[in-house]
Amino acid sequence: MANDDIWILGIYMTKFGKHPDKDKLDLSSEAALGALADAGVTMKDIGILAHGNLMGGASGQTLQKQIGQTGIPVYNVANACATGATALRTAIMAIKAGEVDMGLAVGVEKIAGAGLLAGGSRSADKDEWEPNGRYGEIAALDGRVGTETMPGVFAQIGMEYGHKYGGTSFELFAKISEKNHAHSTLNDRAAYQKRFTLEEIMNDVMIAYPNTRPMCSANCDGAAAAVVVSGSKLRTLSLEQQKRAVKVSASILTTDPWEEACQVLPNVNTLTRDAARQAYEQAGVGPEDLDLVELHDCFATAELVHYDNLMLCPEGGAADFFLSGATWRDGKTPVNVSGGLESKGHPISATGIANIWEIATHLRGEAGQRQIEGAKVGLAHVIGLGSACGVHILEKAAV
Amino acid sequence: MAAKIPLVDYLVLGDDPHLVANECTNCGARFFDRRNACASCTGTGFRQVRVPNEGEVRSFTIVAYAAPGIPVPFVAAVVDCDGTSVKANLVNVTPDPEHVSLGMKVKLATYSMGVDSKGTEAIGFGYEPIA
Repeated sequence: MANDDIWILGIYMTKFGKHPDKDKLDLSSEAALGALADAGVTMKDIGILAHGNLMGGASGQTLQKQIGQTGIPVYNVANACATGATALRTAIMAIKAGEVDMGLAVGVEKIAGAGLLAGGSRSADKDEWEPNGRYGEIAALDGRVGTETMPGVFAQIGMEYGHKYGGTSFELFAKISEKNHAHSTLNDRAAYQKRFTLEEIMNDVMIAYPNTRPMCSANCDGAAAAVVVSGSKLRTLSLEQQKRAVKVSASILTTDPWEEACQVLPNVNTLTRDAARQAYEQAGVGPEDLDLVELHDCFATAELVHYDNLMLCPEGGAADFFLSGATWRDGKTPVNVSGGLESKGHPISATGIANIWEIATHLRGEAGQRQIEGAKVGLAHVIGLGSACGVHILEKAAV
Repeated sequence: MAAKIPLVDYLVLGDDPHLVANECTNCGARFFDRRNACASCTGTGFRQVRVPNEGEVRSFTIVAYAAPGIPVPFVAAVVDCDGTSVKANLVNVTPDPEHVSLGMKVKLATYSMGVDSKGTEAIGFGYEPIA
């Protein structure tokens, strides 16, 4: 292991779902203490804490007050649904900068039962029309000039792919959801473990065509945490720690470069392609080397476009790629064997570390009944709308 | 005649209702909001340009679940007006997948949103199928 390599020494994900008896601190403490125990270290070994909690009510400092006030710097980060990945990357950057040799990243959210997270409320029209805001609007625009809701925005992102390349349909998108719900039956940390038939998915409550309810990410409670370490520090640790360490071969964060229409409908393609390209180059691997992928299926319509954006298939070939069975757990490139955001759940800030946990657990050969046999390389991807994209490529330890 | 006010300032009313965009004088990037600078080339010069009234549906969704007070279902879409993409609802069309399709040709349509306490009538816009 080279001195400047970055490794995941310990990682943990709480069960996702409804935790009425636990507050955010219970969840983040469980995740942080779990990651520390998994790493074989304590808070006293940690040089930096990066903490993500988007919907509010938790910070790195409140977590420290439960698990260890050691005086280290805390970075409270927010980057939409890429918050967890951003926290992880913050800890990694501190190590890369040479400021510390070990860092802790935590993401926590408590949103079980939350409805629409954007466009979820509308104030009444005023009794006098008066222009306001950047568009000089005289009334709320959501529902009058398109939609601000996430199911609707991501529905359009999937439909736009269909318009550009063809081959998409309501049924195709529903089949992606069918896959992820089927995968989750093997994951006891998933919020939902119910298998749905294609008919059940298509006949469920329509949220924003073509996304029905099971095709949308599940709002839930959960936390995840990771301890990252430099290669030089890892060499001083035990052989057992070195064996279970997972190499972070690439850690990339991008935003969306300007392109026509990107301020009309968020473009999640450009920044994901940029991040993927940089990650493959940094890691020295290609899409064909990936044994499994956890990508940001916040909606079934989103998963399809990311097959293409992550270059798992030829450009424009995402529908055929999916229909070939490639992304089922027994396929060529298993995608979201955890159940994905649609079934495992999406406690926003935890997501970008939880998907790293999933990959790392397979690379360590510790994924139990859902283990992808012989997994050596995996990729984790998140998108935060607005936009931010995090891509991490992980590799099994060579020790 | 009572005064009229557009829903957004990029909707121009009158005998020939149409949309206008802020176009970067350097690179031609178009925006609908008030600008500080160009997100494409970082230039700071803009001119107002007319957006064609006709276009084709580049993407759409039929929103069935929205915030309380928003009538559903409605069709939210991105309309490609000869290279300028516009966010809008599709109007005067049955909001179901049998009546709305990708690539469908549409044109700008305006409608009354009602009058306020001073009698000013608000005018909204959407795109309707070209018969």
